Amino acid sequence: MNVPLWPLAGLFLAISVSAHAADAAAVYSKGGTNPAAMACATCHGAEGEGMAAAGFPRLAGLSANYMRKQLADFASGARANPIMQPIAAALSHEEADAVSTMLADKPQPQVERIDRTALVDGPGESLALSGAWDRNIPECVACHGPSGTGVGDAFPPLAGQSAQYLSSQLTAWRQGTRKNDPNDLMGQIARSLTEDEVTAVSTYFAGLTDKGAAK
Amino acid sequence: MKTHTTALLLMSLGFPVLADDIAMEDQSQILTGAGDPASSKYFQPPKESELPDNTYGQLVQQGRAIFVDTKTHAPDYVGNGLACANCHLEQGRKANSAPLWAAYTMYPAYRKKNDKVNSYAERLQGCFQFSMNGKAPEADGPVIAALSAYSYWLATGAPTGQELSGRAYPEVPQPEGGYDLAKGEQVYDAQCAVCHGPNGEGQKSGDLYVFPPLWGADSFNWGAGMHRINTAAAFIKENMPLGKGGTLPDEDAWNVAAFMNSHERPQDPRLIDGSVEKTRDKYHANDGVNLYGEIVNGKMLGKGI
Ligand code: HEC
Ligand code: HEC
Ligand code: HEC
Ligand code: HEC
Repeated sequence: MNVPLWPLAGLFLAISVSAHAADAAAVYSKGGTNPAAMACATCHGAEGEGMAAAGFPRLAGLSANYMRKQLADFASGARANPIMQPIAAALSHEEADAVSTMLADKPQPQVERIDRTALVDGPGESLALSGAWDRNIPECVACHGPSGTGVGDAFPPLAGQSAQYLSSQLTAWRQGTRKNDPNDLMGQIARSLTEDEVTAVSTYFAGLTDKGAAK
Repeated sequence: MKTHTTALLLMSLGFPVLADDIAMEDQSQILTGAGDPASSKYFQPPKESELPDNTYGQLVQQGRAIFVDTKTHAPDYVGNGLACANCHLEQGRKANSAPLWAAYTMYPAYRKKNDKVNSYAERLQGCFQFSMNGKAPEADGPVIAALSAYSYWLATGAPTGQELSGRAYPEVPQPEGGYDLAKGEQVYDAQCAVCHGPNGEGQKSGDLYVFPPLWGADSFNWGAGMHRINTAAAFIKENMPLGKGGTLPDEDAWNVAAFMNSHERPQDPRLIDGSVEKTRDKYHANDGVNLYGEIVNGKMLGKGI
């Protein structure tokens, strides 16, 4: 007796899910209701893969809560950036929420798992896997996870981002334009790095692939 | 000749049985005169690049791998989600984080308290049974051999039998008026939960923890040194929040250590006749500041999980 109802329930579910997804997809590829909320795809790529050469970050597969927080921080100015601030400010709460959820469901890049047991080679990998404890700098993977693939909502992936983007963020912390991290956990590390170290460690994480580290 | 063989025979027969026994019953605090956090002149262990590329170097590397990712490299002996390096930071190198270079040269160690001498192998076995809530690896087996080689190498050039500055975790004086669990919870929420999770459960990447659990079934057991509030306060003050060691006021370190250790965790493997009270009297009553067998919020702690 109940059986014939099931296909209907399924249809209902499919409609409500696709209605939600349509919203997010439209914001992403065409922009929000407020025209200042420009289409994300223009800069972050059709699939959220980012644009390495321009330093526009990858968004596909980042934690939804992490992206919500970043959009709120751009909107409030806690994270300063001339491009993203007006865009984030023009997004409604619902739009920011929907687009973050949609992007989080997209695949992360596949990288080989490299953890602290690996033998280190070169200054970038050394910082990534062993840190520089004489200056109180823990290894990056202690917070960002093995191969820097990210952990939970607070620690975003470094693998999959371009060297341009990674170094721009480390520089932003060093210059004080990004100060939205919980308890200055990242800021105090970035400020302890030298310029050469910023370049080396950014190149290292950007070079991780499914075949390990670029050598 | 004859007695020799029998002794050897007894030993080899004895091992499989002994493996389930307690390797180092005395897990009470290491009393150290060292621990001068202000000092910057610590012993410098050799760099990884200085490790020779031969059989010895390989054994040392195996030891390092076990120390850093214990569950993957010594799975038979680990009963929780921790790795040695979770409590001995910088892969066992960091001064004031119970570094291996300061430990290796201090064994065999005599303890007046129970008139016993413990070897370095027994010390390592103890860590597996308590901190790792697991089983003691055989004293003459590959796991202890590799961990001993790693420790020996880190201690290259260190004087034997002399306590080095930076050993263990430097004591933090208990705040006047004791500790406060409610204040500890506030510190926890503000400073620790982002990494260790709202319920001390830790956070994983794949199957392995990146942020280790602080209490519950996957954490250290009630016999581990870290269950003492004074020892945990010392560890936390020096090493936590990660990358910001030394920033918590003494009082916060004590309060948050007490909050952490006021939660249930796996049973002390030395449990006597299934009785928390008897176990408390024998092993916990005179072992620093701890809550094993105490009533907190109407519940007796130490029942295990
Ligand atoms: C004109 C180019 C441009 C457009 C359009 C754009 N972004 Fe961005 N976005 C950037 C840049 C540049 C950054 C890096 C900002 C910085 O350096 O702090 C960024 C960063 C971000 C971040 C932070 C990523 C991280 O890893 O921390 C999020 C989230 C984000 N954008 C979401 C969006 C969304 C959602 C849209 C569409 C509504 C959008 N962006 C539209 C250029 C753009
Ligand atoms: C103590 C923990 C911790 C360690 C260790 C750490 N980070 Fe971070 N990192 C963070 C946190 C937290 C954030 C996110 C900040 C936020 O919420 O805006 C972050 C963010 C970043 C970002 C920005 C990513 C993005 O998508 O915008 C970069 C780049 C970065 N970290 C690089 C590094 C590098 C390189 C190292 C090693 C030298 C490192 N981190 C070590 C905690 C840490
Ligand atoms: C939960 C935290 C924790 C874990 C995990 C842990 N230890 Fe320990 N370790 C301690 C504490 C606490 C002490 C004792 C410090 C004291 O009593 O003051 C200690 C002491 C030691 C000592 C003696 C130090 C000395 O100076 O005499 C060695 C050696 C040691 N641990 C090795 C290991 C090994 C090997 C592992 C992994 C199999 C391990 N530990 C796992 C917390 C831990
Ligand atoms: C930025 C992330 C981060 C923060 C914040 C943090 N920890 Fe940790 N904690 C870690 C990591 C990572 C380890 C393991 C260290 C390693 O393996 O190198 C650890 C290890 C520990 C350990 C020993 C291992 C265990 O599971 O028992 C204790 C105890 C601990 N932390 C307590 C605290 C307390 C208390 C606070 C707050 C005052 C805190 N931590 C804040 C990341 C953090």
